[in-house]
Amino acid sequence: MFSNRSGFWPAVPALILLFAFFLFPVVRMLGFSVEAGTLDWYAKALGEGLYIRVLWNTFEIALLVTLFCLLLGYPLGFLMATTTPFWATMGFIFVLLPLWTSVLVRTYAWMVLLGRNGVFNRTLMEAGITTDPIPLLHNFTGVLIGMVHVLLPYMVLPIYGAVRKVDPAIPAAAAGLGASNWRIFWRIWLPLTLNGVFAGCVLVFILSLGFYITPALLGGGRVIMIAVLIEQQVREALNWPFAAALSAVLLVATFLVYTLAQRFSQPEQAR
Amino acid sequence: MASSEGSAELSIEGVGKRFGDVVALDRVSLKVAQGELLTILGPSGSGKTTLLKVVAGFETPDGGTVKVGGTDISALPPAKRDIGMVFQNYALFPHLSVKTNVAFPLEIRNVAKPEIDRRVSEALAMVELVGYEARLPRQLSGGQQQRVALARAIVFNPRLLLLDEPFGALDRKLRETMQLEVRRLQRRLGLTTIFITHDQEEALVLSDRIAVMNKGTIQQIATTTEIYEHPANDFVADFVGESNIFHGTISASGTVALDGGGSVTVASDKPAGAKVGVLMRPERFGTAGTNLFNGEVIESVYLGTSFKLRLAVEGGRELLVRQPARGALPAAGSRVTVGIEPDAIHVF
Repeated sequence: MFSNRSGFWPAVPALILLFAFFLFPVVRMLGFSVEAGTLDWYAKALGEGLYIRVLWNTFEIALLVTLFCLLLGYPLGFLMATTTPFWATMGFIFVLLPLWTSVLVRTYAWMVLLGRNGVFNRTLMEAGITTDPIPLLHNFTGVLIGMVHVLLPYMVLPIYGAVRKVDPAIPAAAAGLGASNWRIFWRIWLPLTLNGVFAGCVLVFILSLGFYITPALLGGGRVIMIAVLIEQQVREALNWPFAAALSAVLLVATFLVYTLAQRFSQPEQAR
Repeated sequence: MASSEGSAELSIEGVGKRFGDVVALDRVSLKVAQGELLTILGPSGSGKTTLLKVVAGFETPDGGTVKVGGTDISALPPAKRDIGMVFQNYALFPHLSVKTNVAFPLEIRNVAKPEIDRRVSEALAMVELVGYEARLPRQLSGGQQQRVALARAIVFNPRLLLLDEPFGALDRKLRETMQLEVRRLQRRLGLTTIFITHDQEEALVLSDRIAVMNKGTIQQIATTTEIYEHPANDFVADFVGESNIFHGTISASGTVALDGGGSVTVASDKPAGAKVGVLMRPERFGTAGTNLFNGEVIESVYLGTSFKLRLAVEGGRELLVRQPARGALPAAGSRVTVGIEPDAIHVF
């Protein structure tokens, strides 16, 4: 496995760290879930309607977040990759600045914006568009808005990279051969940037599955995703074995998504 | 498609383009007759690529018009110009097979499926790529990719064919084969063609006429022999082929008194007293002649078919001479006499 032995030793500190603080705790946690010597906790996690709903909820939100990130992120990434250097830099600032800000801070900011007396609702009511505040916080919509905002950079960056890798002569050649912009997009740009789209989607989807802070705060206990449920089991119900079983389910689900993604991802195309 | 039904005459009239302070094209005008192959030859930065982009529609000129078959196409986007173009790096669609690449312009034009199949096979047969239909561009060699690009550019009977330094990435042998092949194909299809290159040898092989460009202007447009034998100015004389260029004043007796001393006898009808340039091609020197030069060999190179000599002659001048490789190669430091006849000297 390590044909070059000298390359192995420098990796030892990191391996020790991974073993002590990642692999060991994960195995320990899996141990909790089967402490009683039975798979009862798994049966509960995957068998009871309530928990199946949470799992389903989690996947549904992750899927929608991915979809909206893609719809917003592709045009943005594409624009950043094809515009002038000045606007590309501006785009980067607006995409990366939130990425460097704490998720907690950004989520609180959304609470201020989306609340019953938040900026949006007050503006809408003052403008006379609605008389009653629209419920934007502590529901599905709120969680969706917050998560899309937090995860958007993970979609934009791979797409930006994929678009930049395409030789500009290729779409130019397509135009010269008579293709309309619409045709060039579907026949040339999209297929040549599919790797970036795919990478972005997998990244956003997997991050969404285990997302905690944003759904916990913007969902206000009414939108339960699996990470929120696990935290409740640990902190409120003090049911560690069940929390461990749920964690194992999340871990396996994430791993499955990742493996499937690898299977379907295409070999390198654009050069 | 073996006819020139779609091909048309091109005329460029007073096209100008600047980038900031740089004048890329200085009111360039030229005409390419239907079925003609015109090469635009120039060093990098001469504006030749900009001119090609203006014709293809990728660059908007500051002024002037581009007409194809008498119709002004200056305002049309690239997609509406009906021009086949082969890019420097071919710009094949990397995710599409050879067949789909070539079929692309036909697909865009909503040609019926059986007709597409027929025309694609025909085009691939023409560039000798039958059997490669299912390959992806990256599975082809440079020369094969070049052929696909060519097939894709001609399959839809374009009105013009533009070739942007298409042989730059190929090795010498392959380049020569492809040059002849392109020439043969272009003649057979009767396609009006503009070919861009900085390689003067390539320009001589391929062209009906050559337009030599420098600093955004056309220096001379003429047939290949005319460009080589009778260049219009120093730049053309120097850029095309090897040359010895001197300047001086011509007298009534047909003698040019060279600046810095010495004189040569020429055959020219330039008026006496005119300032002229004198061009002597290295291969036009013999061992005897009306104009004799005696000099010391500074450098001598054996080139198989010829000797290439650099001589220091009277008046502190250097002379480049090519002689048939017979006998021993004159050593550096030895003295040699070479001669040239008046009618072998071009005066401009």
